[in-house]
Amino acid sequence: MMDLSVVKKYLREYNASDIHIMEVCGSHTAAIRKLGIQSLLSEHIHLISGPGCPVCVTASSYIDKLLQLARAGKCVVTFGDLIRVMGSTSSLSIEKGRGARVEIVYSPFELVKMAKSEPNTQFIFAAIGFETTTPIYALLLEQLITENIQNVQFLTALKTMPPVIEHLCSLSAPIDGFLAPGHVSVITGSDIFLPIAKRYHLPFGVSGFLGEELLVAIYGIVKAKDKGCVMNFYPTVVQAKGNQKAQECVQKYFVKTDAAWRGMGIISDSGLKIREEYNIYDAGSADLIEDKKSNQACRCDEVLMGKISPIQCPLYKKVCNPLNPQGACMVSSEGSCHAYYTNG
Amino acid sequence: MSKNYVTMAHGSGGLETEKLIDEVFATAFGNEYLSQMEDSTIVCGSHKIALTTDSFVVTPTEFPGGDIGRLCICGTVNDLLMRGAMPKYLTCGFIIEEGASIDSLKTIAQSMGETAREANVLIVAGDTKVVNGKGDIYINTTGVGFIDKEQEELGARRCEQGDCIIVSGKLGEHHAAILSSRMNIENHIQSDCAPLNQMVVALLEEKIQIHAMRDVTRGGLATILKELAVASNKNFIICEDSLPVSDTIKDFCGLLGLDPLYMGNEGKMVAIVSKNHAQRAVEIIQSSSYGHDAAIIGHIENGDGKLLMETSIGGLRNLEVLTGEGLPRIC
Amino acid sequence: MCVALPGKVIKLNDTDAVVDFNGNQLTAKTGLVDIQLGDYCLVHAGCILQKVEADEAKKLAALMEEIEAFT
Repeated sequence: MMDLSVVKKYLREYNASDIHIMEVCGSHTAAIRKLGIQSLLSEHIHLISGPGCPVCVTASSYIDKLLQLARAGKCVVTFGDLIRVMGSTSSLSIEKGRGARVEIVYSPFELVKMAKSEPNTQFIFAAIGFETTTPIYALLLEQLITENIQNVQFLTALKTMPPVIEHLCSLSAPIDGFLAPGHVSVITGSDIFLPIAKRYHLPFGVSGFLGEELLVAIYGIVKAKDKGCVMNFYPTVVQAKGNQKAQECVQKYFVKTDAAWRGMGIISDSGLKIREEYNIYDAGSADLIEDKKSNQACRCDEVLMGKISPIQCPLYKKVCNPLNPQGACMVSSEGSCHAYYTNG
Repeated sequence: MSKNYVTMAHGSGGLETEKLIDEVFATAFGNEYLSQMEDSTIVCGSHKIALTTDSFVVTPTEFPGGDIGRLCICGTVNDLLMRGAMPKYLTCGFIIEEGASIDSLKTIAQSMGETAREANVLIVAGDTKVVNGKGDIYINTTGVGFIDKEQEELGARRCEQGDCIIVSGKLGEHHAAILSSRMNIENHIQSDCAPLNQMVVALLEEKIQIHAMRDVTRGGLATILKELAVASNKNFIICEDSLPVSDTIKDFCGLLGLDPLYMGNEGKMVAIVSKNHAQRAVEIIQSSSYGHDAAIIGHIENGDGKLLMETSIGGLRNLEVLTGEGLPRIC
Repeated sequence: MCVALPGKVIKLNDTDAVVDFNGNQLTAKTGLVDIQLGDYCLVHAGCILQKVEADEAKKLAALMEEIEAFT
């Protein structure tokens, strides 16, 4: 394995033309901030946070629909991250304070026990996520069907990475390489980024989440500037073709659809929805495309696309902070603005 | 965050709690004592006495390593100790929801008695109210401790350039013990709920130059240190590799997307000690009950209230107080 | 993008595994990966996503050699 001190020295002393590397994984955003990675890099290497946080890219109309279901007496079950995200006027946290039933779980499979123990309650799972999480929803759906559990539905806002990455590249955003999402790649395989890499002559480095792994991946991307290639720096869990069993499970229950990315509009075929034949398990996910900014001056959309850094947003720290978030990037602990604010 | 409703984040010990205290309570009855925002308040009488109060609402009331009874004594005792006061008397007020089991109450009271004896305090007054509900139990304890008139007051104002930052043991254990059962994760993590009398008395008896002490409760170490940094107007610099954290807690946090720096304890303290006395202070704490894993984790520099950490990879991370509830994240 | 951690499979049945993470144990679904007792695996939101292949150091070394060849 590479001597880390050699890697660190190279990155610290890099003096060639400026290079912009985008990461598209909320956990990478958090890890980079927590480890203070930027402080180890030369001023010519810029890390940009892209649309890698599924909470951040969920349109406000999705939240509004979820709140509508909560107010109608359904029990909304969710991962913790979604609870404080504002829709156009309210959030799950606020509705919970007003008496709505909102349950936070570690795993969607906890729904099975909940649904069986309360057959008269209608449960709605807030099914957001990228390719890492979708196979889990597919497996859960399979279990619900097999065991004929009828009081669970999903409200989905499932998205896939390659279309949004392609979209960013097509905008000619100033990006010289991508830190490819580590756990998405576990499912999809690293080969999925090859067509984009070759088309735009960009290096992709699939990275894990430890300091050493991130530094080596950044090193590889810098070294491979202008080469259209995909480098797998996370071979312990990422293979070229990914987890094919998981991919087949997803294909069985989900189909491609257009999806709305908060601040970016609709990107065609960038989402997944439950197949028609299993529609009874869908809580009304279609057409949730409207996205209302709660503050018109909010520039989350430009932050998500890597066009500006959080500190360039006029609201950052002046109006917008974790106590008073104006946009999704500040609400989610993996959002770029939140990460900047809490970790400097 | 809603402007009109209390949410769970207001109880987390972080930014939202601070805002609630500021806007609602300080506005209504703030004074020079309250505004110091130390763990307990020193007032004059025939001795200098320290006063503090705390309420305990943890559910479940019993958890690995302790229960609400042990907690309500330790929390208040430790708040007094952190100002260098010897805890002597406690009051306790119960608000009990109808339906709570008498046996549970007996167990809790038993814990309170045992812990009070361990901490050398007497419970000298109490009150009980019963309200409608579903059987939950809430306890408030108020504590009085005495301080030697000659003793210089401990607090943020005394922190100086060059001081060492010491933590008395492993981080995150209470919070992780409570959360483990809620999240269906099995482990042997126990709450570290404990009274810190022995280590504080030993430090004071040996006249260790302590400038400030804080117990590491909700909000976690980072929140406590950031508050101290701001209140003292100094920069606090800590080193990630020096932080005592068990591998079990590290992986627990890794599973749920949490950070040990923001996980609460109930039996650990931070001590700001002058450089020359720091090593001896660590030895004293290590040989006391509940202090075996004490370590120097950083130092103080002149500055403007920053909390900075040198990460395990050699990077520099800026730390702020906890925001939100510290809920497990997945995506 | 998602919070996932490697752990060791210590119990196994048709649909579930008990996975140990340095003393933390939870039950994870095995429907997406063929897994054996004693294997290390990556777990996300209560589901095993992939087996951890510890012996990948060679692949990484080969990749690093390729990178050094870039100008």
